[in-house]
Parts: sequence; C-alpha cells; structure tokens
Amino acid sequence: MTDTETRLKALMLRGLDGDAAAYRACLALLGVRLRAYFARRMSGAPGDVEDLVQETLLAVHLKRSTWDSAQSFTAWAHAVARYKLIDHWRRRRVRQTLPIEDHIDFLAAEEPDPGVGLELDRALASLPERQRRLVGDVKLTGLSLAEAGARAGMSEGAAKVALHRALKALAERMRRADG
Amino acid sequence: MRTDDLIDALARDAEGTRDPAPPRRLALVAALGALAALVLVLSWLGTRQDLAQALLGPMFWMKAVYTAVLGAAGYLAVERLSRPDGSGRRGWMLGAAIFALCVAAGAYQALVSPDVQAALKMLHGHSWRSCSPRILLLGLPMLGLGLWTLRGTAPTRPGLAGFAMGLFSGGVVATVYGLHCPEHTFTFIALWYSLGVLALAAIGALVGRWALRW
Repeated sequence: MTDTETRLKALMLRGLDGDAAAYRACLALLGVRLRAYFARRMSGAPGDVEDLVQETLLAVHLKRSTWDSAQSFTAWAHAVARYKLIDHWRRRRVRQTLPIEDHIDFLAAEEPDPGVGLELDRALASLPERQRRLVGDVKLTGLSLAEAGARAGMSEGAAKVALHRALKALAERMRRADG
Repeated sequence: MRTDDLIDALARDAEGTRDPAPPRRLALVAALGALAALVLVLSWLGTRQDLAQALLGPMFWMKAVYTAVLGAAGYLAVERLSRPDGSGRRGWMLGAAIFALCVAAGAYQALVSPDVQAALKMLHGHSWRSCSPRILLLGLPMLGLGLWTLRGTAPTRPGLAGFAMGLFSGGVVATVYGLHCPEHTFTFIALWYSLGVLALAAIGALVGRWALRW
C-alpha cells in the first residue's frame, strides 16, 4: 500500500518536472486505483464507473497545482475522487456518506476491467470541431502537439492553448452533464 | 473515448501549461487587493489629518496588527482550503484567538472608563455608522478577484473556502483603511472593524457556495 504511494508520488513529481512519460504512467496507475475505488462504491450503477474515472482524472490533471508535494499524493487524489463521487451522488439525488479516512482502502482494491466512458464522448461531441480533433489526435505514442496542431491548421503554440481550453471545457461539461 | 486516450491527451497538455500553486495565486490577490483599497482610500476617503503623528503612537500600529493578523488567519485557512485535502483549522484558531484578544481589550477599556456615557462614546467613536460599510466596500475588489482565482483551485468545502477568502480580504483592506480611520479605542475596533471583516467573510461564503464548485 505505502509502496503504491511511493510509486505514484515519485511518478507525479517527475511528471510535474516535465517528464510526460512518467506523468502518463502516474495517471494510468491512478486510473486503475480509481476504477476499483468507484466500482466498489457504485455497485448500483456500474455503467457510471468509467465516467467518474475519466472525470476524476481530468480533475486531477487540471487541479494538480493544488497538491502540496510535502503531503501524501494518495490522500490528495483520494480527496479529489471522494469529492467527485459525492458530487455525482448529489446530482443523481442519492444520499450516501463516505468516510474521509478510507484512502488506505483506496490503495488496496482489486482491479476491474476498464469500461468505456460515454459522458466524455458526449462532452467531446459538444466541443468545436477543431478542438475535438485535437483532443483525439494527441496520443503520446502518436502525434506530437505540433503535428496534431498542423493537422488542425494551428501553430504549436495555438494548439497548446486550444488543447488546454478543450480539456477545461470537457471537465466543465462532464460536471454539468446530469446536473 | 477510452480512458487511455484521455490520459494521452492529459499528458500532452502537461507539457504545455502549468498553473501557479495556491500561495502564489493568493500573494498576487493580496497585492492587487491592497493596491485597489489604497487607491480607493487615497482618492475617496483621504488619509487621516494627523497621520504623521499617529504613525508615532502605539494605537495606529495596534490596530494594524489586529487587522493584519485577521488577514493572516484568513490566508492560512484559504491556502489550505483551496486544496481538496486541506483543513482551515490553524487559520480559524488564529483568527478566533486574535478576535478574542481584541474583544477582551475593548471590554476592558469600556469597563475602566469613568461612566456609561464615556463607554458608549468609545463604542460609537466618530464613525461607527460608516466604518463597517467602508471596510466592506474597500474589500469587494479583493474578494472578487480572490474568489475568481479560487475557481482554478480545488476546494472541497466551497462555502468555507469563500468565508476564508473574505476573512483574508477583510483583514488586508481593514489594515489599509487604518490610514484613513482616526478611531483609537479597542472598544470601537473590536466591534466595527470586526463587523466589516465578518461581512466580507459572509459574502465570500454565500458566493463561494455556488461559485467554487468544480
């Protein structure tokens, strides 16, 4: 368990220093943990699990500057996941309580298979065409920002800004999806 | 969309932009908020007539310490509450302690005054009607800017985070307001200054509740 914290934290620190591969690995590992965490608490609505995983990963990414690297990364990520789950229940009018201390348990769950997130696609579909293409094109193994930008008719700098705006818009739309 | 594809997009975005951490955001808000309050005080209210003399006496600085510590308490709370796993406890404790101290000093001053009339006079000062509303007005620019910048952070208790932002703003601008305000008793400060700061905190809490969701 603490092993996961050590790994996640080391990857995140390297990611914050600009190591994209480490950052990707951190999010992937976190995604597995999130899937298990949500699956266990949402047995009533398994179809929503992947939506929440994706919404939480987006939030982790966009809010990463609020992580204090002197503190536990897992506790921070768990707080984000917990907030997103409670928010999800609030929107669906479900009354539930979540213990604040269970971030230990957050590290120690079995690993269900990833499903497909539908809400993200819905949110994506509502973005302008150029932004949508850009989000789909920037695979870490595939196109670079400069290449993806060129395909959408943008400079690298413009593509950077457009991608960031698109991700923020996606996060906002997913949050309001069933509000 | 597969989660792996999303992660690819996020990793690409991480190469580009990076937001400032909460302390830097808040420092900028305080600097701009204090500047706005200073411009308002200088252009609208003017400094107190006896400012040069007042700077030499203790009460000017005692007032400044009280309001600055209130602001510091708000800062401590909001710096933590802007993070999903943060608690404002240290800030609340500091704020409650300095407020209690000021109220105690004010009560003492009122008790040792010659009679009830004198005590009431201290409580009213020269500006009891305008003090709290002015602090409120001076603080609105900083509060607005602060709430806006908090939208980029991740408070899981939006109402409390907004309250802390109001306390931070109130403390900072009440300190600037001291350049204008000639009041010189703890009795007055403990009531009317605190009320102005508290009003900002209440507005922060109300607005924060819906504006700071993410």
